[in-house]
Amino acid sequence: MATTKRLEVLKTYKIYIGGQFPRTESGRTYIACSPKGEQLANVCLSSRKDFRDAVGSARGAFGAWSGRSAFNRGQILYRIAEMLEGRKAQFVDELIKQGSSKAIAENEVNLSIDRLIYYSGWCDKYQQVFSSVNPVASSHFNFSVLEPMGVIAAIAPQENSLIGLVSIMAPVIAGGNTCVILASQNKALCGVTFAEVLNSSDLPGGVVNILTGKVSELLPYFADHMDVNATCFCESDKSMQQSIKEKAALNLKRVVIYEFQKWMNEETQSPYFINDFQEVKTTWHPIENIGGGKAGY
Amino acid sequence: MAEIKTIPDFSLTPRIDQVGIEERASRFTKRSIKNETKIKGLKLALNMIDLTTLEGKDTDGKVKQLCYKACHLHDAYPGLPSVAAVCVYPSMVAVAKKALGDSGIKVASVATAFPSGQSTRDVKLRDTKFAINQGADEIDMVISRGKFHQGEYNFVFDEIAAIKEACGEARLKVILETGELGSYDKVRRASDIAMYAGADFIKTSTGKISPAATMPVTLVMLEAIRDFYYKTGKKIAMKPAGGISKAKLALHYLVMLNEVLGEEWMNNEWFRFGASSLANDILMQLMKQKTGVYQSADYFALD
Repeated sequence: MATTKRLEVLKTYKIYIGGQFPRTESGRTYIACSPKGEQLANVCLSSRKDFRDAVGSARGAFGAWSGRSAFNRGQILYRIAEMLEGRKAQFVDELIKQGSSKAIAENEVNLSIDRLIYYSGWCDKYQQVFSSVNPVASSHFNFSVLEPMGVIAAIAPQENSLIGLVSIMAPVIAGGNTCVILASQNKALCGVTFAEVLNSSDLPGGVVNILTGKVSELLPYFADHMDVNATCFCESDKSMQQSIKEKAALNLKRVVIYEFQKWMNEETQSPYFINDFQEVKTTWHPIENIGGGKAGY
Repeated sequence: MAEIKTIPDFSLTPRIDQVGIEERASRFTKRSIKNETKIKGLKLALNMIDLTTLEGKDTDGKVKQLCYKACHLHDAYPGLPSVAAVCVYPSMVAVAKKALGDSGIKVASVATAFPSGQSTRDVKLRDTKFAINQGADEIDMVISRGKFHQGEYNFVFDEIAAIKEACGEARLKVILETGELGSYDKVRRASDIAMYAGADFIKTSTGKISPAATMPVTLVMLEAIRDFYYKTGKKIAMKPAGGISKAKLALHYLVMLNEVLGEEWMNNEWFRFGASSLANDILMQLMKQKTGVYQSADYFALD
């Protein structure tokens, strides 16, 4: 029998909405290329309607996700790290295809796993760090606690396609938010493969939704959708930043801009990233005098 | 109005081609609708809604709130039509009637031991008369599905006729509860029985059983209405209810209505949507068209 060369089965890179992998409703694709110009894959060119659907899923998932115990959210983030560890080789391979050296690619994947573990640990601790009991001059017990904002629309960093996405996503969901993330436009492979990791790690569908497509096309919708509570942007393009801020004013969205972050550095992980997507609720609870004296707090 | 001279043998009603109906129904979802038409369609759909609350936990307050919503759908959008009616249980008719005042919005009441219909003729008639005395403009009755399955079509027919008589001036909607009928053939047969027995509307579902309204089942009923109209010259109205919560789906229904029954039926005298959350989705779509921005439920009244 003559030996024939086996045809490789190529993966269809699809988007991730509500725990499923649909193709974009628009039917459009673009070609993700390596820095040398080799064609790597056909990737979905998401439309505003995909974004709208993703926001709908994220909103639907918000109540249950924010209502989970902080400890349970930590367990799930840990599980994502476990799953990523198991598929390390695939990510290293994709990063190399997208232009990283082997050493840098391995480092990026390891750091991504560690960063997930890092935020997993913070899930049930940031509240204690950022909440406070406040001194007031009346007979009230006054305290401030953090609450998740809701649905976060984030445009992930373009340069570090895996660790950048993880660094944006992890603090957002650790804090009980749900999100829609636009993966790196030119390095889209890792974003889609990471969605497969999420899908196999007990993370409820809709908590994280990942789209691929053009930043310039989707940016206005990330900024002006009325059901989005905060928009996150990671590039230094001033006109884009300005445009986001203007559109975000429509429903007083919070705009979080991370410029010049070196996502491979340790300094780019901290509980302050969780805090960036939290609202502070302050409660004035009437009390009688404490300890026989005047209001004690 | 034309007189109905002969009552047909309901065991001989036309059989329905299941594959054909389902394919035909799916075609209606593929029409291209341009923006201007879409806005007109959305407003029309809004105007056809029977805003409904049929829950054990309904209170006077809930019904008043719903009535307020019916009158003030979204004040930030001037010039919107109102809904067609508010649909409640008989015990809430008086509250709804008072809350709606002279707004022109009708009060529809379910009756006849809704939703199961498992009660005596006497109880059903008194239920209906109570709702009428409280001021209901329209009555939504359920048919006895058990008797229907037993083949006692005369029983079902007589019951509808008796309720129709009790309704007096009020228009009667007959709920077939298609989710419990089991096949399109039976839906067609039940539609024919209801229309010959005096129904003003035929309605798919109570909303308590899944599946509720679907496009194929509604298509079967629309075709029954069309055939009945050709035979007797009498127009019957249609009300799909339950499961229609998206504006886009409502537009698909309007396309189907237009292509099966035509423009004469394209108003709230001859077509209604039984729904509660549909109104907000339509409002959000209309605001999207107006402002160009995707909307959030946070900025619309609860339904």
